Amino acid sequence: MALLEVSNLGIAFGGLQAVDKFDLTIEKGQLFGLIGPNGAGKTTIFNMLTGVYKPNEGDIILDGQNITGMQPQKISKAGIARTFQNIRLFNDMSVLDNVRVGLHNQVHYSTVAGVLRLPSFYEKENIMRGKAMALLKIFGLDGVAKQKASNLPYGMQRKLEIARALATNPKLLLLDEPAAGMNPNETAELAETVRFVRDKFGIAILLIEHDMSFVMELCEKIVVVDYGRIIAFGTAQEVRNNPKVIAAYLGGE
Amino acid sequence: MNLKNLGRTARRNLVTYSMVIAAYIIIQVLAAMDLLSNSLSGQLIPICAYVIMAVSLNLTVGVLGELSLGHAGFMSVGAFSSAFFSVAVGDALPTPVTLVLAFAIGMIAAGVFGVLIGIPVLRLQGDYLAIVTLAFGEIIKNLLNAFYIGVDSTGFHVSMKDATALKMDETGRIIIKGAQGITGVNRMSTFTIGFVLVVLTLIIVLNLIKSRTGRAIMSIRDNRIAAESVGINVTKYKLIAFTVSAALAGLAGSLYAHSLATVVAKKFDYNTSILILVFVVVGGMGNIRGSVIAAAVLTVLPELLRSFADYRMLVYAIVLILMMLFKQSPQIKNFCRGIGERLRLGSLFHRRKAENSSSGKEG
Ligand SMILES: Nc1ncnc2c1ncn2[C@@H]1O[C@H](COP(=O)(O)OP(=O)(O)O)[C@@H](O)[C@H]1O
Ligand SMILES: [Mg+2]
Repeated sequence: MALLEVSNLGIAFGGLQAVDKFDLTIEKGQLFGLIGPNGAGKTTIFNMLTGVYKPNEGDIILDGQNITGMQPQKISKAGIARTFQNIRLFNDMSVLDNVRVGLHNQVHYSTVAGVLRLPSFYEKENIMRGKAMALLKIFGLDGVAKQKASNLPYGMQRKLEIARALATNPKLLLLDEPAAGMNPNETAELAETVRFVRDKFGIAILLIEHDMSFVMELCEKIVVVDYGRIIAFGTAQEVRNNPKVIAAYLGGE
Repeated sequence: MNLKNLGRTARRNLVTYSMVIAAYIIIQVLAAMDLLSNSLSGQLIPICAYVIMAVSLNLTVGVLGELSLGHAGFMSVGAFSSAFFSVAVGDALPTPVTLVLAFAIGMIAAGVFGVLIGIPVLRLQGDYLAIVTLAFGEIIKNLLNAFYIGVDSTGFHVSMKDATALKMDETGRIIIKGAQGITGVNRMSTFTIGFVLVVLTLIIVLNLIKSRTGRAIMSIRDNRIAAESVGINVTKYKLIAFTVSAALAGLAGSLYAHSLATVVAKKFDYNTSILILVFVVVGGMGNIRGSVIAAAVLTVLPELLRSFADYRMLVYAIVLILMMLFKQSPQIKNFCRGIGERLRLGSLFHRRKAENSSSGKEG
């Protein structure tokens, strides 16, 4: 059984059909690319997959569970994590705390145990700290763990967002333009990290990216959307030579 | 554990506790040496109550990031329910037992109102809480102003009209008498009790902030959409923060009520709510120690408040507008933060600067 099965997904904003008849099947551990010109509906698809928007039609099945229209918080528990195109960190909190919030549903103790500083507080906080630091280390952020998230440079903020998403122990990770605003060196490093994360955590990753070479090199399968509809699907090679894709990108830019 | 191993927050909290304890000791020493003026010793319990009010409001405003304009309403609920209980009980129980029960009742009653308001309102996004709490404060005040409750051999009598409408027999005595409030309250509150409650409040709030629950609450403040995306139950954690905040205001109300012979509703009006909000804003959003200091200083210096009594409404309006802007605009937030950094102690400022520049190099 596939990890994610999306069928006939659609949503309209007023008169605008932002996404229409969108189908997608992602296998466990797959690296999947979602590309298309600006305004094609890519972020909207992410927003439907994570419950930020409720689709007007269609189904989203994650690992056998129908999560269509569920609240974001429940979908996170079901196993989808994401980053945002315009970074959304907990700016006034430390880097470490950002990841600890991500661990919220992985390590539990009650509010009362926290206020009364019961033994479970210390025990679970230790576990949480260890897990969070291990994640930060993967992204080279362990040295800045105590800093406020908003004080990090842009590239580090993007990484922190990924670390926080991974903290939720997802089955599927959605990355919305993770390389945006990065220089070629940082982009290459990011590609390495993405591959490493997939291998280490054994999760599937669906990513939106404008940088075509980044997607082509990294992703095993690519789906191309334009005006809310799928216009091409296949391996990097297949997609690259598809006339519709070439037209959409040339027309779009 | 030695001091160096403590985290930054733990060290900061330690300073806060030490400060409060030191203030308590100094005041006790001054009192023992008979160096406290009458007006100041009369202010000691109100100061403790206002400190608890400011700290608890900061939990809603600074930590959760929701605006509340009716915090005095919760204080009022705590004051009336606890005073009602202690007056109704009279001498039937030993004083310490009455006191503990009365304060617990005040806290729970205010907490229940917090839940009742929070459940419908905290689901919504936007400044609805500000509007509803504002209305709540006024409604509670007017309701309590109109309430008559008495007790006689047949039980409790309630009326919204006047005392005679209670229709009690000759054993009857009135407990709540409309706008005249509750009279004959046992003045059980002492400065030491107030101090203990301040410390208790600090423990609850500071421990809450630095826990899994507190981080969930702050994550909602910082970015609700991101908080949801990592599986935070936004409504639940908003409700926890708001309810704890309301319950602590009820505790402050209980403390305050039992320092007065007469408890009247008009003491807990809109102006009081705004005054507490001013403490929080002056002390710094989310800065618990700041709230303690601001509440204590601004209560203890009545001259200061009296001198700007003429401008009070103007100041309120400006604070309110700033509050709204605070919530909307990151630029204003940064601007105010910049001013804050500059006003802070020089050494602190330099350390912060050094940290920033080293982080720049790492990036
Ligand atoms: N909440 C919304 N309300 C109205 N229109 C929206 C909303 N979200 C997205 N859209 C529209 O849907 C279309 C697709 O947007 P988006 O998914 O952000 O594109 P992209 O592929 O660049 O990520 C755009 O025309 C955008 O204006
Ligand atoms: Mg987008």
